[in-house]
Amino acid sequence: MAGLIMSSFGKCTHAIVRAMPNSLAQQALRQEKGTEVDLGRAQREHEVYVGVLKSKLGLQVIELPGDESLPDCPFVEDVAVVCEETALITRPGAPSRRKEVEEMKKALEHLQLNVVVMTDENATLDGGDVLFTGREFFVGLSKRTNQRGAEILADTFKDYAVSTVPVSDYLHLKSFCSMAGPNLIAIGSSEAAQKALKTMQQMSDHRYDKLTVPDDAAANCIYLNIPNKGHVLLHRAPEEYPESAKVYEKLKDHMLIPIVNTELQKVDGLLTCCSVLINKKLEQ
Amino acid sequence: MMTEADPHVEIKESEKTEEQTDQLPLKTEVSENGEETEGNPDENSEQMSGSHSARHSSPGKQKKEKELSEGKGIYRFIPPWLKKQKSQSQIEPKENGEKKEHPLDKDKAEEIELEQPERVIVETEKELERIADNEKEKAEVDEREEKHSANSAEVQSAKEQSKEEMEQMSEEKGEIHTEQMKKELKEIQTVEAKAEISQKTPKKVKTVPCKVILLDGTEFNCEVEKRAKGQVLLDKVCEQLKLLEKDYFGLSFCDNADEKCWLDLAKEIKRQSKSFPWVFDFNVKFYPPDPSQLTEDITRYFLCLQLRQDIASGRLPCSFVTHSLLGSYTLQAELGDYDPEEHSSDYIGEFQFAPSQTKEMEDKVVELHKTHRCLTPAQADFQFLENAKKLSMYGVDLHHAKDSEGVDIMLGVCSNGLLIYKDRLRINRFAWPKILKISYRRNNFYIKVRPGELEQFESTIGFKLPNHRAAKRLWKVCVEHHTFFRLMSPEQPPKAKFLSLGSKFRYSGRTLTQTRQASTLIDRPAPYFERTSSKRISRSLDGAPIGNITDQSLLKDFSLTPEGTTVDGAVSVPDFATKDKEIVSPDKVLQLQLPRDAKSKSLRIEGENIYVRHSNLMLEDLGKTQDDLLKHQASISELKRSFMESTPEPRPNEWEKRRITPLLLQTQGKLVPRTEGPYTGSNAAIKSLNEVQNIVEEKNQTEVVMEETVVPEEIKKETNEKVNRDGKPAEQTQTAIAPMKNDSTCLSDSSSNSEDEEAEYQTDSTMNESGIKEEPEEHLEDIKELTAENMQYTAAVGEANSIVVTVAHTEDSAETLSHEVTVIVDVSEDKNVCEETKQDMHLEEIEDQPKINGDVSHIDIDVTPQIISCSEPPVVKTEMVTISDAIQRMEISTKEVPIVQTETKTITYEASQMGGSGDSEPGVLIGAQTITSESVSTTMTTHITKTVKGGIPETRIEKRIVITGDADIDHDEALAQAIREAKEQHPDMSITRVVVHKETELSEEGEED
Repeated sequence: MAGLIMSSFGKCTHAIVRAMPNSLAQQALRQEKGTEVDLGRAQREHEVYVGVLKSKLGLQVIELPGDESLPDCPFVEDVAVVCEETALITRPGAPSRRKEVEEMKKALEHLQLNVVVMTDENATLDGGDVLFTGREFFVGLSKRTNQRGAEILADTFKDYAVSTVPVSDYLHLKSFCSMAGPNLIAIGSSEAAQKALKTMQQMSDHRYDKLTVPDDAAANCIYLNIPNKGHVLLHRAPEEYPESAKVYEKLKDHMLIPIVNTELQKVDGLLTCCSVLINKKLEQ
Repeated sequence: MMTEADPHVEIKESEKTEEQTDQLPLKTEVSENGEETEGNPDENSEQMSGSHSARHSSPGKQKKEKELSEGKGIYRFIPPWLKKQKSQSQIEPKENGEKKEHPLDKDKAEEIELEQPERVIVETEKELERIADNEKEKAEVDEREEKHSANSAEVQSAKEQSKEEMEQMSEEKGEIHTEQMKKELKEIQTVEAKAEISQKTPKKVKTVPCKVILLDGTEFNCEVEKRAKGQVLLDKVCEQLKLLEKDYFGLSFCDNADEKCWLDLAKEIKRQSKSFPWVFDFNVKFYPPDPSQLTEDITRYFLCLQLRQDIASGRLPCSFVTHSLLGSYTLQAELGDYDPEEHSSDYIGEFQFAPSQTKEMEDKVVELHKTHRCLTPAQADFQFLENAKKLSMYGVDLHHAKDSEGVDIMLGVCSNGLLIYKDRLRINRFAWPKILKISYRRNNFYIKVRPGELEQFESTIGFKLPNHRAAKRLWKVCVEHHTFFRLMSPEQPPKAKFLSLGSKFRYSGRTLTQTRQASTLIDRPAPYFERTSSKRISRSLDGAPIGNITDQSLLKDFSLTPEGTTVDGAVSVPDFATKDKEIVSPDKVLQLQLPRDAKSKSLRIEGENIYVRHSNLMLEDLGKTQDDLLKHQASISELKRSFMESTPEPRPNEWEKRRITPLLLQTQGKLVPRTEGPYTGSNAAIKSLNEVQNIVEEKNQTEVVMEETVVPEEIKKETNEKVNRDGKPAEQTQTAIAPMKNDSTCLSDSSSNSEDEEAEYQTDSTMNESGIKEEPEEHLEDIKELTAENMQYTAAVGEANSIVVTVAHTEDSAETLSHEVTVIVDVSEDKNVCEETKQDMHLEEIEDQPKINGDVSHIDIDVTPQIISCSEPPVVKTEMVTISDAIQRMEISTKEVPIVQTETKTITYEASQMGGSGDSEPGVLIGAQTITSESVSTTMTTHITKTVKGGIPETRIEKRIVITGDADIDHDEALAQAIREAKEQHPDMSITRVVVHKETELSEEGEED
């Protein structure tokens, strides 16, 4: 229930990440052919990422082992949607990724969350298409996520409105947007991104502030609300997206942590993709 | 006493406008009059009849007035509505003056009569009740008055004395308006009486047992007068529950189709609930978006009960965690702190927290319950609501529907607007500010949506509902929610007009703004109430009925209640009258008779449009909208497509020209703000000329329903003009005008302006936005809402039909009033598509007067409908031939020895017929048929003639409706309804003639005028 209280938005105690298999460089799914992933560099970047969560922010980070047969497995976001104490194990749109859920399920159960598994064979849902604003869900209807998947998500998180947003040109809804604060949506500048934002605004009873960044990919950031640190924002580093970074730097109330994510982005991995964040209330 | 009574009154009255707190008593009084006038047709009618009722009630009112005048000390007690009224008073100063005078005279006259009248009246059920009420009132009043030293002397317990008092009072102030009294009465009615009344009431009063299922599952049984309006029952329930913030609540029942309906509080119960016994559910109707803003804990408590029901039934979906949390607050509220000894493992077994409740959940509930230690029940309720209000389906009223492609969807009406769901997913949302118009036709429900940033045109989106009733129900709910949550004050219901189509339904209760304001005046110690479920638990669920537990001491605490009750009784009379009229109302009658024979072929169209006014609240959104948010151009259009195809259709040239033609209305001072609005609107409308929305209903009908963006002509102005020129009662003017309204274009000699005004909704929105923003209240009142209704219907090709509606209104009551109104409506139409556009201009002055005036003068109007082929706009030429002035309403006043003067008035409206469908030519008679039906107060004769003229078959239907009833009956409305009904039933026909024959027996005429 805590999730219903906006002040808790971004609160986080645990994070689940997954190690990068070597197969990622060659076999990971990607939208478009591009330069090859430098696996070593990718792994270093990922380590930094995990390190920030763990050391800098003090989260309890659960690192799942990589699986060579699952080249996309580091992108844990897609296989689970966690909101408050309920976790939905998704049915990823890409068949090759369906087995990624197994490890995740175990981990979530171990955390004693209410785990719901999407079993409907007509449903697909990638967590990357799920934007939780603290007040409601937006689900991108993309190649990876269909209506049925969204419905199951709505059934799982009954407290919240679940609105669907068509996503065509991008892999996921969160390929161009994310939450940058309790009431703040970071959004890319592309036409598609803006259009999606308008759809979301149309659908919502709430009024969100928006933070428009020049680069769509840079609009994917991670907002956290960490005790003693307040607003924390992990965003793409200036060396990658200087213009977008400048925008983030205007957020005076946020503790800004630039993260480099160049390699994984080659296989469509963005910042939010690499972790599942959980706010586990400490039992009294 | 006054002060106390007010709260109840407030609840009703405050509806219209919120007003600044500080006003002088006198003003308020005046305003009262104004309000009355403004009030709904029904009310007005009540007023009329009310004259005698007023007498009874008068004591209370007078007292009130006195107090008001007495000073500011009392001021704070003055109910909101009183305060409001002032603004209205401004509107109708002259009327007030007139009214004032009359009342005084009447009062005197009444004195004499009063004593006996009661006895006489005794015969009448209504009166009986009134008397009873009066007694109560008096008694109560006395008590209160004692408190207020000033008046105490005046108020005696005895009825007679009270009468005298009344007189005295009236004399003293000279301002006591019967009208006011009536108003109060009305209001009070609501408050109305408890079971006590029945006791007092003589045997003759016909009451009907009512059962109301309360939110805690107990039953509340009471007796309600047979003709009581919904409000009466709701008030009884609320009184029983000690609930003052009752505007959020309503009574629901299941209609014949077993669909849940809301009881229309402004209408008689018996007209709505056809089945006996009367059983209703007491429910929350408008879920306050922020329950923490409710003033009283008791209100929150009932909201909690409702939500618990909603949750347990699954209507309000929650997650496991939320179920548990809410459940735990319920436990805390009901049981208090967790006590391990007392609360054994199964202590929660009797609670239902969720549709399906697991042990796991119960454990969780208990676990959470332990953490709520020290929360008081009220605090627990508060927390419960704070969490429940965030649920996405909180306060969403769902309706099944299909989109244009036949896909099942759900339409959810909520405080913010309209939500569209497909399965559980929200696929679209239309905030109130985005919605320009809401309408329904047959089983279709339409919303016209403001264009997006990049869109030039409004779009109309249609949904199919399972049936006509469902469509209407949805429409009503939308109207109510929009009014309640978005407007500062309720819209005036459409005026009674001739030839009007569709429902005139409007939400007439208080808006959220008003009810909040009213609540701030609540000044009573928190009432004691029992949380029944806890009781239940301790008694192991025997559901001890809260039943008729009336704690007098408690009642005294909020003095208002008791008084109100009494007053109500008195007031109730007017209601009855109203009821009568309603019963009589042509609509129903017509329906009864005509349906089969008349025209099975005729398309029945019942369309309702509501133009959405945009208030401040909406503005907020607008701002953003334009920013960036609602640029939804693309998205919307997509969505639009997905819902329903809308094909732009080019408009006829003539139309364009007309529309473009500037309106001269601005000249009139009052209207200016509005006028401007219209212009803007018209421009927009012009833009959209090309984009006539055609909603093609392929599935059901072949016909093409054209949705017209433009509504030509402002009747309002015309009305004003006429009124000014003639100096005659607005009523008649209105009547005269009414016919013109129906046709989209009005050409009237008298009103040069009338032509080509269009753009209602935009006008509306513009006006409201700007107006309301700056001085919301005033605008609302001054401007009198401009409501436009568009009705379109399709007529069969090449057929000329005429409908004659005759409405005869005869009033006959203990009061010795008789009115006869005969309305003959001839409708003839020749062409395929007839587009009707009605504009309602709510001129309160105008409206009210008509009702008030028992007599209708002679008005001859020639209405010339142009028969329109699809491309041509309908043109109506209207001429106001004669107006013989009306007699003031109070003429009715009952004297003991009824000196009956009969006044007969005949009004004829005739349409000269363009299409050759005119009556003038004799045709070859093919067949004729006469049907007669009778109901209690109505006799209806339908005469159908079929002829062939020049090869064109013509069906002529003449309806004669005789309405017999009290003075209260609002003839105009009855008339309008009759015509409307006629039109609805014979959409392909046009009205060619309306003859109103009204016979009124006047007892005192000298006083009037």
